Amino acid sequence: MSQEIVLEVKDLSVDINVPAGTLHAVSNLSLHVKKGETLCIVGESGCGKSIASLAIMNLLPRRASLTAKTLALEGRDLLSLSEAEFSNLRGDRIGMIFQDPMTSLNPVFRIGNQLEEVYMEHGKGNRKEARERAEYLLEKVGIVAPKERLSQYPHQLSGGLRQRMMIAMTLMCDPALIIADEPTTALDVTMQAQTLNLLRSLQKEFNTGLILITHDLGVVARMADRVMVMYAGYAVEIGTAVEVFDNPNHPYTRGLIDCIPVPGRRKPGSKLGSIRGIVPALVGDIKGCTFRNRCDFSITQCADEIVALKELGKGRAFRCILTPEERKTTLQNPGITQ
Amino acid sequence: MARFLLHRFYISILVAITVSVIAFSLLRLSGDLAAELAGEDATEDEIALIAHQYGLDRPLYVQYFDWAKNAVSGDLGRSLFTNEPVAEMIFERLGVTIKLAFYSITLGLILAIPLGVLASIKPNTWIDRMSLGLAVFGQAIPNFFFALLLILLFGVQLRWLPISGNDTFAHFIMPTMTLGIGVMPQFMRLTRTGMLDVLDSDFIRTARAKGLNPMRVLFKHALRNAILPIVSLMAVVLGFLLGGTVIIESIFALNGVGFLAFESIMRQDFPVVQSIVFILSLSYILLTLFSDLINAQLDPRIRLG
Repeated sequence: MSQEIVLEVKDLSVDINVPAGTLHAVSNLSLHVKKGETLCIVGESGCGKSIASLAIMNLLPRRASLTAKTLALEGRDLLSLSEAEFSNLRGDRIGMIFQDPMTSLNPVFRIGNQLEEVYMEHGKGNRKEARERAEYLLEKVGIVAPKERLSQYPHQLSGGLRQRMMIAMTLMCDPALIIADEPTTALDVTMQAQTLNLLRSLQKEFNTGLILITHDLGVVARMADRVMVMYAGYAVEIGTAVEVFDNPNHPYTRGLIDCIPVPGRRKPGSKLGSIRGIVPALVGDIKGCTFRNRCDFSITQCADEIVALKELGKGRAFRCILTPEERKTTLQNPGITQ
Repeated sequence: MARFLLHRFYISILVAITVSVIAFSLLRLSGDLAAELAGEDATEDEIALIAHQYGLDRPLYVQYFDWAKNAVSGDLGRSLFTNEPVAEMIFERLGVTIKLAFYSITLGLILAIPLGVLASIKPNTWIDRMSLGLAVFGQAIPNFFFALLLILLFGVQLRWLPISGNDTFAHFIMPTMTLGIGVMPQFMRLTRTGMLDVLDSDFIRTARAKGLNPMRVLFKHALRNAILPIVSLMAVVLGFLLGGTVIIESIFALNGVGFLAFESIMRQDFPVVQSIVFILSLSYILLTLFSDLINAQLDPRIRLG
């Protein structure tokens, strides 16, 4: 695997103007993705993972504003680009797959038209070449009779097929990076595994960087090279998938892992794990750790300030005032029930 | 597509038959036609004679089938006033009315669609408010009053445009402005809300994520979806313009169907009135059928079910 960095983000923050004030959707997010690598961003609804991806695509809603120290794709600074220049990169060097395949394709145009369009828009070739590329990619995403499918309309295809079309569409210009925002959440369970396998094999084949956004740790375990756990706008833990699963350093990550039902592990009569409380509102000034009200290990200093990510080397980092060892000694009542 | 077509066609015919029955009965229910034809001082015998002459003494259904049979073969009877064949009278004037309707709807759309699109991409800005202001003006001002203002300005003061008749294109300018401004607001607001809706949808986000030119996103991906209800409204408005322009045709002395309807009602020329009602209803049905077909062409979900 090449070690070339495709996307580099440093200190990305997104604020959204809402009637109640300013919502800090993403705070000081830093990440990078290498060629052929999969970074999973995991977190519950509203943690800022989708907003972060839209910020990288420069597709934020009008009410949202973005600040960042670095935002670079293939070494090219994105922050200084005009909207027109950015638009030239979207669909070409960076592609995005969305959650709901049923509504993500335009209902009034043929699939072929929608695939060819992106190829021609970015000046890759004429309609004939675009058609050949589309047919080639449809075969790649495992669609039989691609010629017939290309002349169909979205409503004639199932959800799984439509998501394959979306995958093929993002691959039309051979992008360096694909962002997939919950690509399998809206699909049947049987289609989920197939679609993920497909995404993974194509990503390896085309040596594309992949940011996979999900709330499903099962998806993370299957797909991720590295994982970033987000909570309430902050990255709380980063590491390789193996490290994070085997040895979570942040209490939120620990909680998430304990919420996964594992057949056979649970004692009869015991409850499935859950994290008590709800996500805090992110409007106005945020002070202290955003997780402290749900955390079993919180101490008074947690309310003072949010700590910086603690680097453990080799890209491993977590954001907690206490180390896992310190937490073990302060543990008084395990609120995360097993 | 063939099934869809057949289904629509079949419904249209049923509606046409129903409308013909209603048009026929309404006039009969409005009073004793024979008594009205005979005049105020007519005796019972004279009324009975007139009723017999015009076949009004026969049972209603016999009269209907008689009329319907002739209507299908293109014979709509003769005018009681001029004794001309009604079909000829109407078709002679239909040209003027159709011209006026198409000019007006074209003007309305030319104003409404760009304004609606602009308002939708810049919601709650001065552009949005200005187009809303224009829409409120167009909708609030009674068209006969607006017509009179135009006549005062362009006809009387400036003497740029002729104020009556239908000989040249210039004769159509003021009536077209009047009706065009009148129908513009509904199209504009429908474009605006339709576009706002569509611009918010996932597939527009996809189009942007593909890096498409903003104009392409707007006019290919968004407008094509937002235009569907506009096509349906076009049928309704064209129907209204064909039938509802009586006042404007009268003001500008355009010798169209509306004007003929007005004259015929005043003269109690019931075969003409009845035929106008029927023909305008038919054109309405045809327009609706047409707009269904256009929508089916534009939206594969309708066409392919």
